[in-house]
Amino acid sequence: MADISSNFLGIKSPNPFWLASAPPTDKEYNVVRAFEAGWGGVVWKTLGENPHVVNVNGPRYGAIHGNDRRLLGLNNIELITDRSLEINLEEITRVKKNWPDRALIVSLMVPCEEQNWIDILKRVEDTGCDGIELNFGCPHGMSERGMGAAVGQVPEYVEMVTRWCKTHSDLPVIVKLTPNISDVRQSARAAHRGGADAVSLINTINSIVGVDLDLMAPTPTVDGKGTHGGYCGPAVKPIALNMVAEIARDPETQGLPISGIGGITTWKDAAEFMVLGSGNVQVCTAAMTYGFKIVTELAEGLSNWMDEKGYSSLDDFVGQAVPNVTDWKYLNLNYIAKASIDQDLCIKCGRCHIACEDTSHQAITATVDGVRKFEVIDDECVGCNLCVSVCPVEDCISMVQMTEGTDPRTNKPIDPGYANWTTHPNNPSAVKAAE
Amino acid sequence: MSIKTGEGPDIRSSRLAQEDYSKNFGDIHPPLASHEAYVEADRCYFCYDAPCTVACPTSIDIPMFIRQISADNVKGAAKTIFEENILGGMCARVCPTETLCEQACVRQEAEGKPVKIGLLQRYATDHLLEEGDKVFERAALTGRKVAVVGAGPAGLACAHRLAMHGHDVTVYDARKKAGGLNEYGIAAYKSVDGFAQREVEFLLSIGGITLDLGKSLGKELSLSDLRQKYDAVFLGMGLAGVNSLRAEGEELDGVVDAVSYISDLRQSTDLSRLPVGRKVVVIGGGMTAVDAAVQSKLLGAEEVTILYRRGKEQMNASDYEQDLAQTKGVTIRHWVKPNRLIGVNGKVSAIECEYTEEKAGSLKGTGETFTLNADMVFKAIGQNFVAAPLNGSAEVVELESGRIRVGEDRRTSLGDVWAGGDCIAGGEDLTVAAVEDGKVAAEAINAFLSR
Ligand SMILES: Cc1cc2nc3c(=O)[nH]c(=O)nc-3n(C[C@H](O)[C@H](O)[C@H](O)COP(=O)(O)O)c2cc1C
Ligand code: SF4
Ligand code: SF4
Repeated sequence: MADISSNFLGIKSPNPFWLASAPPTDKEYNVVRAFEAGWGGVVWKTLGENPHVVNVNGPRYGAIHGNDRRLLGLNNIELITDRSLEINLEEITRVKKNWPDRALIVSLMVPCEEQNWIDILKRVEDTGCDGIELNFGCPHGMSERGMGAAVGQVPEYVEMVTRWCKTHSDLPVIVKLTPNISDVRQSARAAHRGGADAVSLINTINSIVGVDLDLMAPTPTVDGKGTHGGYCGPAVKPIALNMVAEIARDPETQGLPISGIGGITTWKDAAEFMVLGSGNVQVCTAAMTYGFKIVTELAEGLSNWMDEKGYSSLDDFVGQAVPNVTDWKYLNLNYIAKASIDQDLCIKCGRCHIACEDTSHQAITATVDGVRKFEVIDDECVGCNLCVSVCPVEDCISMVQMTEGTDPRTNKPIDPGYANWTTHPNNPSAVKAAE
Repeated sequence: MSIKTGEGPDIRSSRLAQEDYSKNFGDIHPPLASHEAYVEADRCYFCYDAPCTVACPTSIDIPMFIRQISADNVKGAAKTIFEENILGGMCARVCPTETLCEQACVRQEAEGKPVKIGLLQRYATDHLLEEGDKVFERAALTGRKVAVVGAGPAGLACAHRLAMHGHDVTVYDARKKAGGLNEYGIAAYKSVDGFAQREVEFLLSIGGITLDLGKSLGKELSLSDLRQKYDAVFLGMGLAGVNSLRAEGEELDGVVDAVSYISDLRQSTDLSRLPVGRKVVVIGGGMTAVDAAVQSKLLGAEEVTILYRRGKEQMNASDYEQDLAQTKGVTIRHWVKPNRLIGVNGKVSAIECEYTEEKAGSLKGTGETFTLNADMVFKAIGQNFVAAPLNGSAEVVELESGRIRVGEDRRTSLGDVWAGGDCIAGGEDLTVAAVEDGKVAAEAINAFLSR
């Protein structure tokens, strides 16, 4: 059996699955239930100064559903903890004492003044927690007050606050990044410069999840009005994965540990974040949708996969896919693939045909000799993968590499060598080979 | 050979407790709830040149209406259906979808579980009929008049389409109610709560259609009069004749025409007053045979047997209908034909049957016989077209194999007379095919009137 125990920044936990700072980690009651269910650690719901904030008393969540009400994306307008600092610190102290083998990180958000951070850090250290996470991500409400994303969107502030925390505390500091920026690497670099031990990402994405067409207002609607919220859940995973990869392969932040967050629902999602460089992962929406029990599937699934692949510890695979993330310009333009339809699996729905015919390259037939039949026309196929994406039958269409002969579309012989855009004749700034 | 006869006819009403009648004759397929419809709609792949649409005799754009359900546009879905098939609500209930759209559905090939097109169609059409929204407008009035003979699916579909094009239509029918077989045929559990009449009302709500009921061709009406008074005529009067058994004893009491029995059943306001035999034998292999057999069983008959002279594959009733009969407790016996009906005091009490076999392409009795006790025998061996009422007109409507001959556009041998439904040669005995006939004819009539 593979060992899934985790050591992130020296913080040990029986598995790499932490609950992200959010309602599931808002109270001792929830956190104890999470630990009983098997979660490796928690990042406590973000603490702020007294007097504590208040939440709206109407709906806080909105969602995108599939037809069978599968929750695909979740949106919230909740703020940081709405309980007093004292109660939270007291509970944190007790939980850590009772659960010494689990990771307990405290998330913080106070105004951008050094003294405010000094004050809260002292009190947090006394709880015996394992580390702190700086919430520079909350995109709504708190940002209007100069905190959360308002800090996370200014690299200088990120660096400054991170440095204060590192100066005034011995605890490991994780900086949680907002995705509501144009280049996430800027924030990660700033955190790195400030001395962060790690970054975690992503926080939620600015969003209006829907509009009530009768009320003429965004949902969730509070007394006739709505506000933008933070988007999370399965729908944001691709965005999060990209941001994780961007940081993992940025030479300036090389080696900076990453805690991956964003839409993680199954072990496979977690594994994808980890091979792109996340040392561990954090989960929120999946737990809020299905309850804490999902950690059983996460842990079992990851461990089974590791056994199958022969990985004995997390370190064996964390970051393994990072070298294969590259810039477009380095992709091999000599690689030629053609779609190929397995006629035995094809159910003749025609989706591949109409997608290719209407919106791509007219490379799939609708009939052959007057009979309904869907076949790839190699002369037209550019290998785009659209048909694979729309085919309802798994593995029915595959992309097959051409390794020899001539590409019937371009009539050019297949070149087994590697050549990319940087040297392509159509590239005005191509590196010219010496004459 | 000694003949063992039954104990004497036992035909009576009130075989069941009152509440069992409503239970037995309730909706056979409960309608989809909205979440079910939403989930089912999500199974549709929105196929290109969809095989389901190709398989539909009226060419309903099935993937489009399913997509509309999925997009919470149920009214739009209903409109998509009614645009091609104005009796789409009844067709959703009675179409043999398992041999039409659902058989063609790619998910049938993929996993043996087609999208439930019929139930989705019912979901959409029921919704619109309940809301009572008006979705069809008439074109500018043309002042042209068309007579439609027969208020069944073909006639009604034709009338609606003509009214839409701005023509004024008078629909005649011999019966007291419009709807044809939707009202008088078809098993009761497929059309509950007076659905046939609700659909007729919906169809007529477009305006421009006048119903003139209780009038039939050859009696109150003549084709030559109609041709004189109207700019065009559509004939959709169905089949009035019942094929005879040509077996001894056919005239005995208790030997009943299945079609008229089903009609009585459909018109009955209290099923407990409808008499049914204790032992019932149905002769035939089509939908009418199954409908008569299953409904006899549901009325409380103890033993119901269908006798069919050929094998399972040759039966006109679909596999689905045969299965339904069997799950309701009806016995189907293949390769058996009736030799004679045996009576006591003028009432049928038994039926002598002979096994059959197919030899060199023709069906023959084997000579081996057996006798079944029967309190009631239903004849369901098909209907025929009665051409006599057409006569008397100066010009003769040409027939083909005993029914009216029509061209591609459903025009008869007379230039201003069209026909459709069961009365035309090649008529398929399908509601949906009759609707298509009416629609095609209406378009041809419209073109004719717009010359
Ligand atoms: C294959 C593909 C290529 C695209 N190319 C462009 C492009 O060249 N320029 C552009 O402004 N947007 C481009 N887009 C973005 C689309 O215009 C659109 O903004 C985006 O797909 C979001 O809309 P949708 O998800 O509703 O389809 C592209 C989208 C796709 C899927
Ligand atoms: S999308 Fe897939 S199943 Fe459908 S026709 Fe194309 S290859 Fe066949
Ligand atoms: S064949 Fe089936 S899946 Fe395809 S469009 Fe028709 S109902 Fe949908």
